[in-house]
Amino acid sequence: MTGGISKRLYGPRGWAILALFCVAVFVVMPLLNLAVPPESRFHVSAYWVTLLGKIMCYAIVAVAMDLIWGYAGILSLGHGLFFALGGYAFGMYLMRQIGSDGQYRQPMPDFMVFLDWKEFPWAWWNSDSFWWCAMLVVVVPGLLAFVFGYFAFRSRVKGVYFSIITQALTFAAMLLFFRNATGFGGNNGFTDFRRVLDIPIATPQTRMALFAITGATLIGTLLLARWLTTSRFGRVLAAIRDAEQRVMFCGYDTVHYKLFVWTLSAVICGIAGALYVPQVGIINPGEMSPANSIEIAIWVAIGGRGSLVGAILGAGLVNGAKSFFTQTFPEYWLFALGLIFILVTLFLPQGVMGLLNKKKQ
Amino acid sequence: MTVNAATTDDSGSDSMGRVATEGLDSTHGVVLYLDDISVSFDGFKALNKLSLSIDIGELRCVIGPNGAGKTTMMDVITGKTRPDEGTVFFGQTIDVTKMSEAEISTAGIGRKFQKPTIFEHHSVFENLELSMKADKRVRKTLFSSLSSVQKDSIAETLKIIRLNDSADRVAGLLSHGQKQWLEIGMLLMQEPRLLLLDEPVAGMSDDETERTGELFLSLAGKHSLVVVEHDMAFIEKIARKITVLHEGSVLAEGSMDEVQNDPKVIEVYLGR
Repeated sequence: MTGGISKRLYGPRGWAILALFCVAVFVVMPLLNLAVPPESRFHVSAYWVTLLGKIMCYAIVAVAMDLIWGYAGILSLGHGLFFALGGYAFGMYLMRQIGSDGQYRQPMPDFMVFLDWKEFPWAWWNSDSFWWCAMLVVVVPGLLAFVFGYFAFRSRVKGVYFSIITQALTFAAMLLFFRNATGFGGNNGFTDFRRVLDIPIATPQTRMALFAITGATLIGTLLLARWLTTSRFGRVLAAIRDAEQRVMFCGYDTVHYKLFVWTLSAVICGIAGALYVPQVGIINPGEMSPANSIEIAIWVAIGGRGSLVGAILGAGLVNGAKSFFTQTFPEYWLFALGLIFILVTLFLPQGVMGLLNKKKQ
Repeated sequence: MTVNAATTDDSGSDSMGRVATEGLDSTHGVVLYLDDISVSFDGFKALNKLSLSIDIGELRCVIGPNGAGKTTMMDVITGKTRPDEGTVFFGQTIDVTKMSEAEISTAGIGRKFQKPTIFEHHSVFENLELSMKADKRVRKTLFSSLSSVQKDSIAETLKIIRLNDSADRVAGLLSHGQKQWLEIGMLLMQEPRLLLLDEPVAGMSDDETERTGELFLSLAGKHSLVVVEHDMAFIEKIARKITVLHEGSVLAEGSMDEVQNDPKVIEVYLGR
């Protein structure tokens, strides 16, 4: 059965796996990357640190997606938008940290100099403050999701209609961000970052710090989501997924429940986006493309809807396969993804987690 | 038993006696009062100036041919459908036509659907836990845990619906009749003043139907019940007062005998 309804946060085995993961992220990776000399065969290169960091960002998004889709039954095909908004919010700060080290040696970001702008657009107000931008990372996706969700859920927009509207929303935002006049670098977006908190961003130490922060955020997100889904709140969510009308006739205002988990999910995506940008070094409107958002849903479907660990596994497996394919057979990646998705839908309705659970029994 | 073609007075506060009613002003002995309700869908009048009143502690059976408006009436009372005209008063003061489904449920009206609607992926226990009367706002639900009083009340309900051996079973695996009983149990957990039961014995075995009848009779008095049912044998067993709906309004009202001998009823319904 889906839903993973259980009263405990995790059993001893779950905690042990989590502890192993912590050791890998906070001890093994830093040692192999920073302490082991590059000549050694045990050295983990910067490429791997960045790749795994990136995948952990995706895994955070997958957990957020699983919360609303796997538990509350709301399929969003626009979650890439919240991820990108978080990335852009933090990207603004990273752009300001470049200072006058850009190509034009001007205090304003290169793209603004290129467009011959003399002042910052209003959205950039206070963007040289880390805390201000960190707040925007949470508030912008959260507020957009809240307002959008309020109207959609109150009007009882459901199922495929809701999914299509979220898809349209991210597409519209992508078109908006493609325009230079919007003030976020047009189709080039933000890149060429130099520093974060006045610390050079490209050093192995900073990279490892970002990696570790991402790992901690992933663990925090997982535990928060697990706590939510094992509480009575989580049981109400799963009940909304299965029989919303019954939930309403039980006296629950389902709009509030959906709005809460929807907004939370968007905020988590925003945070993941903010962690993604400094590690990958670029954010552009391509992140808002509908295909990206659909891919998020595919991770969760492959990993196993209604299982948080499954969502993380799904994000890891698909993105691992993606980086393998795009290096060896770049032209076949989308075919492979489509095939995997079809096979999982046909034969593994519960995803990889369903397969693992069946093995156990 | 009082019999009234007009249904708007307070003649019914007779044999049942009155029930203590916290928060519900039922000084006239009426728990539910529908006044001139009309609902139309694309020109079709599902309810046509329907007026009906249910007394405190009463067990009322509602019958009528298909399309008479029985389910629409329940939809109006529970907030699923808004009436085009008319008012529905729960007690003396609560106008449910202005409230959401959740608010109406919290006010004390519970509803069983025609098709058993339970949470199939939750355990039987969790089904009862979720429907239990409690503060159902998001923040409270996040931090809630079961008190021993609540656990006792769940255990008691499990006994009433004879599912105490299946508390940890996934509800989707229950038999059809057991699902019907679970849904009734979920209603009881809400501690409603008024229960609306849409075809509660559909698909039940004779034995289960018999026990359901006994259960309803034992609930009457403590709760008010409105039962919509096609099974005339079942109606005959539990009915005290029957309302016959036809084309969206009340055709006749009275005891089983009176209704069965009413020429209008014979014409449209029983004597088909």
